[in-house]
Amino acid sequence: MGVDTVHIGCGAGFSGDRVDAAGPVVETLARRDGPRYLIFESLAERTLALAQKHRRADPGHGYSPFLDAYVRPVLADCHSAGIRIVSNFGAANPAAAAARIAEIAAEQGCDGLRIGIVEGDDLLEVMSEGEVRRYPTIEGLEIGEAPLVAANAYLGARPIAEALALGADVVVTGRCTDPALVLGPLVHEFDWAEDDWSRLAAGTMAGHLLECGAQVTGAYYADPGYKDVPDLARVGFPVAEIGRDGTVVVSKADNTGGLVSAGTVKEQLLYEIHDPARYLTADVILDITGVTVEEIGPDRVRLSGARGWPRPDTLKATVSVEGGWMGEAELSYAGPNALARARLAVDVVRQRCRDIGTNCPVRFDILGTVSVHDGDAGDAAAVAAVPADGDYRVRVASRGSDRAVVERINQELMSLYCSGPAAGGGFRQSVTDQIHTASILVDRDLVRPKVRMVEAAA
Amino acid sequence: MSEDDEPLPTRLHEIAHARAGDKGNRSSISLIPYRPEAYRLLLEQVTEQRVLEAFAHKGASRVTRYELPGLPALNFVIDDVLQGGVNAALNLDQHGKTLSSLLLAMPVTAPRRLMRRS
Repeated sequence: MGVDTVHIGCGAGFSGDRVDAAGPVVETLARRDGPRYLIFESLAERTLALAQKHRRADPGHGYSPFLDAYVRPVLADCHSAGIRIVSNFGAANPAAAAARIAEIAAEQGCDGLRIGIVEGDDLLEVMSEGEVRRYPTIEGLEIGEAPLVAANAYLGARPIAEALALGADVVVTGRCTDPALVLGPLVHEFDWAEDDWSRLAAGTMAGHLLECGAQVTGAYYADPGYKDVPDLARVGFPVAEIGRDGTVVVSKADNTGGLVSAGTVKEQLLYEIHDPARYLTADVILDITGVTVEEIGPDRVRLSGARGWPRPDTLKATVSVEGGWMGEAELSYAGPNALARARLAVDVVRQRCRDIGTNCPVRFDILGTVSVHDGDAGDAAAVAAVPADGDYRVRVASRGSDRAVVERINQELMSLYCSGPAAGGGFRQSVTDQIHTASILVDRDLVRPKVRMVEAAA
Repeated sequence: MSEDDEPLPTRLHEIAHARAGDKGNRSSISLIPYRPEAYRLLLEQVTEQRVLEAFAHKGASRVTRYELPGLPALNFVIDDVLQGGVNAALNLDQHGKTLSSLLLAMPVTAPRRLMRRS
């Protein structure tokens, strides 16, 4: 028989999300009965590549820089309430992350806390760099000879469920699919079979709804006068109830701001889904075309009707390579005739780039006209109906493999302080190193997830 | 015909909401009507061809429209619109997160009863 409902809350939806969001989620979960879990999703494609660099520099690092900030405020409360934590903040070094959590547990008196470590996502443990390079990328990106930073396969829910079955209070993974952070606990609690496609699909849908944190509870949704969201500054993070039959009810932490409505849930349901009949994951192919969304109470929305199809034979992996440099520089013009002076500044820098013979791609924007919605050629900005007087900011962006060239282009804008149109001010610039990522598909059998346990000292 | 049924020139923003996400050099934009009865209008007026035209200046090469009548909602996948995506874009918004608002700026004709604030 076993349990009928599992409660899962989310404390972070990306690396950089609020560090105080999990508190109200834990308080809410602590008041509920039955199996309860807290997940943190904190591992974007580039986050993992950066973590891999940190690990190479220091074998004790390479896990999420947010681990302490996320775990410290809630670990003792989770431990005493029996709420288990599942997160990918292991990044490039789940073992080091587990060691760090064990230290925090010992400090906070969480005696005997058991931490499950999921490894095996690093492709470079099972193949050479040369073999990785030989895979065609899904995006058609040429990896070429660029230095390889990381290559990691997306693991599924099974190893997480295995760690929970071994008694883990906290499960730390590296790269896994985001929905697996939710599906893993469900597979463990409900003992769903590996080919129970419709239920695996429902659990994956629940994971997809939770993985971006407050994006399902009114954040990234508010549009004043159209989609009003109460107390957005204190938006509550999501808590879902998932039934054995695959029914999903989305709600949010008690006593918080935000909103759970059919609208907030539909936006997140479709977020980054692409083909809604075929959302590919390591565990199942999710089909949401038959899903219905129903408001069943204040801040409570029920979903049903997810369908599942047999999982792909391949696993997706992300390959990261060094990607050169990006330069960005900005300078403002304001007041009478500001638009003409900003346009002249662009013309001057464009001409200077031609004269010095830079051959890397450069883009010019005038912020305050049309910028993020424009193409690189500036077609929309050229015809935009904007006032001659205003508060405009010139932006120059460039990319190249040679840092000196990118720095030179930034410097061409800076030189307008003394050598450009009248009254330019507020210059800022940055040069950042870039990591390029691409996806490949690898045979599932090549990837061997490994699960082991460590225990915090008493 | 009542006043509420008279077709008026307006923008998508008055009858639907949207969210954009990215994968590589592709943008995926949902389009969800405030009122379910506006779904048919979206099907008729927000075609793949019109979306391609709205994003042509950003390099869009192909638009695929997926239909979800049960929600109801549409999902658009727009190829090559991110100018290289996070790997190569020089646009301030490398992920194209603001593109949902570009879609909602599309002119449409709709009666007042299908609008958010009728």
